[in-house]
Amino acid sequence: MHTDAVQARLTTLFREVFGDPALIIHPETTANDIEGWDSGRMIELIVAAEAEFGIRLTTREVDGMARVADFIAIIAAKTADRP
Amino acid sequence: MRTNGLDRMLRKAFPAGPPGDLATRPLRLAVLSSSTVSHLLPAIRIGGLRRGLWIETYEAPFGAYAQDLADPASGLHAFGPDAILFALDTPHLTGGLNPAAGPEEAQAAQAQALRRLCETWRRARDGFRCPVIQQTLLPVALPLMGSNEHRLPGSRRHAVTRLNAGIRAAAESDGVDILALDEAAAQDGLAAWHDPVWWLRAKQAIAPSAAPLYGDHVARLLAAGQGLSKKCLVLDLDNTLWGGVVGDDGTAGLVLGQGSAEGEAYLGLQAYARDLAARGVILAVVSKNDAANALDVFENHPEMLLRRGDIAAFLANWDDKATNLRRVAETLGIGLDALVFVDDNPFEREWVRAELPMVAVPELPEDPALYAGRLAEAGYFEALRVTDEDRARGAHYAANAARVAAVSEGGDLAAYLAGLDMRLVWRRFDPVGLPRIAQLINKTNQFNLTTRRTTEDEIRALIADPHALGLQFRLVDRLGDNGMIGVVVARETEPETHAIETWLMSCRVLGRGVEAAVLRVLAEVVAEAGGRHLVGRYRPSPKNGMVRGHYPGLGFTPLAAEADGSETFRLALADYRPGPSPIVIAHG
Repeated sequence: MHTDAVQARLTTLFREVFGDPALIIHPETTANDIEGWDSGRMIELIVAAEAEFGIRLTTREVDGMARVADFIAIIAAKTADRP
Repeated sequence: MRTNGLDRMLRKAFPAGPPGDLATRPLRLAVLSSSTVSHLLPAIRIGGLRRGLWIETYEAPFGAYAQDLADPASGLHAFGPDAILFALDTPHLTGGLNPAAGPEEAQAAQAQALRRLCETWRRARDGFRCPVIQQTLLPVALPLMGSNEHRLPGSRRHAVTRLNAGIRAAAESDGVDILALDEAAAQDGLAAWHDPVWWLRAKQAIAPSAAPLYGDHVARLLAAGQGLSKKCLVLDLDNTLWGGVVGDDGTAGLVLGQGSAEGEAYLGLQAYARDLAARGVILAVVSKNDAANALDVFENHPEMLLRRGDIAAFLANWDDKATNLRRVAETLGIGLDALVFVDDNPFEREWVRAELPMVAVPELPEDPALYAGRLAEAGYFEALRVTDEDRARGAHYAANAARVAAVSEGGDLAAYLAGLDMRLVWRRFDPVGLPRIAQLINKTNQFNLTTRRTTEDEIRALIADPHALGLQFRLVDRLGDNGMIGVVVARETEPETHAIETWLMSCRVLGRGVEAAVLRVLAEVVAEAGGRHLVGRYRPSPKNGMVRGHYPGLGFTPLAAEADGSETFRLALADYRPGPSPIVIAHG
């Protein structure tokens, strides 16, 4: 899946998890940029992303996720065979 | 995630507690855990709200539940719980076990783990005087041997099984309630509840994806403790308790009982309902049907497990189901929020959900084989203990059943039948009736004395035979024309004696005294033909046991019994005295 498409779907997902319909995310966005992005919300993001994209993130991948760009890169790679 | 979002929205909208006009009960729940539970608390709150509980939750500081209990200055003491849930994970309770241990050492370690647990419970009860809930252990320890794991004294895997048994026994004597996670995992699969990845990432013994289910299970217990579990199971009839539509197919045409997988599937729901009733759940029926048709199945279908007397409120009519559910609640003196309504028809389910949102309406799967399981899964009738009152309720309905059975033999039923304005319309076999006569003869199995099948040609020959009498019967009552419901064939086999070759009736008119009226007609017609005796014959088949006593019941005397179980009976017309009957006889 193309990174733009991943980012678009992630935006919807972030908006739902943070309950903010106007939330904008950029590749450089980190937990420091979004209010309420704590470890609990991080769990929700991962569970939601796994469900949304039909993938399973490994422990190492999750450990390495800090920026939105990390989400996008890993998800795009895992869904490379899909449009 | 939706559960979490919903919870956040609610907390934001009502930061100071529930709005005053909401009929919820407040409850303060402390969750004391050895691992992460913060991801479970929103689901507990939402599960509570579904059951009319506004739950405030408290979570002990990570890994410090024991200190929290002991320290009078702790957050737990400040919170002041109404209930305490011990959500201890398996590694925490089995950590002290050594796989190399011998039997004594292993036993001592398990006993010590249990003792510590009991001490913790007592501290909680002494300190807070509130109900304590202990969750059982998930079987997350890996097997070291396999199926015969129990032969390894120090096996952690087997220790989970033994500790869970020990927890239940100790909880019984200590008055602690159980949250049976082990059984939930057996039902849903361990993987649905526990994910090693999340255990490592966040020390979550319950996977985040299982949070809504966990919250629902906890809320069931809390609601049960507050008397908020459902009390009454309201059942639809057609295609819910049996296959088919009784008004169209007749009692005999329903798919129900042994012999077909689908028929047994409906029995499955009946059996589950009956067993629930035995432990105190009230049963009711709400069905769009003529009452007489619906009752007929309960009274006359031999495969029915549920009987009329099991049903505390029986509403079979053509009013809308929401109206009838209100009547059920009113009749039984319980709230609408105590009802669970089970109906195969999506239209009725939607209607009831829209009209009465407080009534629980499970979404049924398409296959009736799954009805009972779906109902059980939802945990509507969660109960903490069986009370004397529950048992009394079972006995009450049993007594009711006996009374209803008595009634069907006497007073009330007679009055009911008298009010039906029944007319039995008879005529000799004729070409017009021939197709239906052939159909009845060849498909009636239950009320069929000889199960003699006959072709249309044979029936034509019979019409022409001067020694044979073929009679067809229709029953008309206030509720409508039941159509042709009976066929009798008698033949003059020796001078002045007619043998009844065939006597059969449709099951939909059973229990109405129709057979006595048929005999009145037969006796008259035979007497007119110069006959003085009737000989009836019962030939047993796998399905016609219900008519074994047919002839004696009509005043015939036994004549002979044969090796194949057949019996013959005789009635001298000179001695025949028909009793009073609510049925008017007419020729036409």
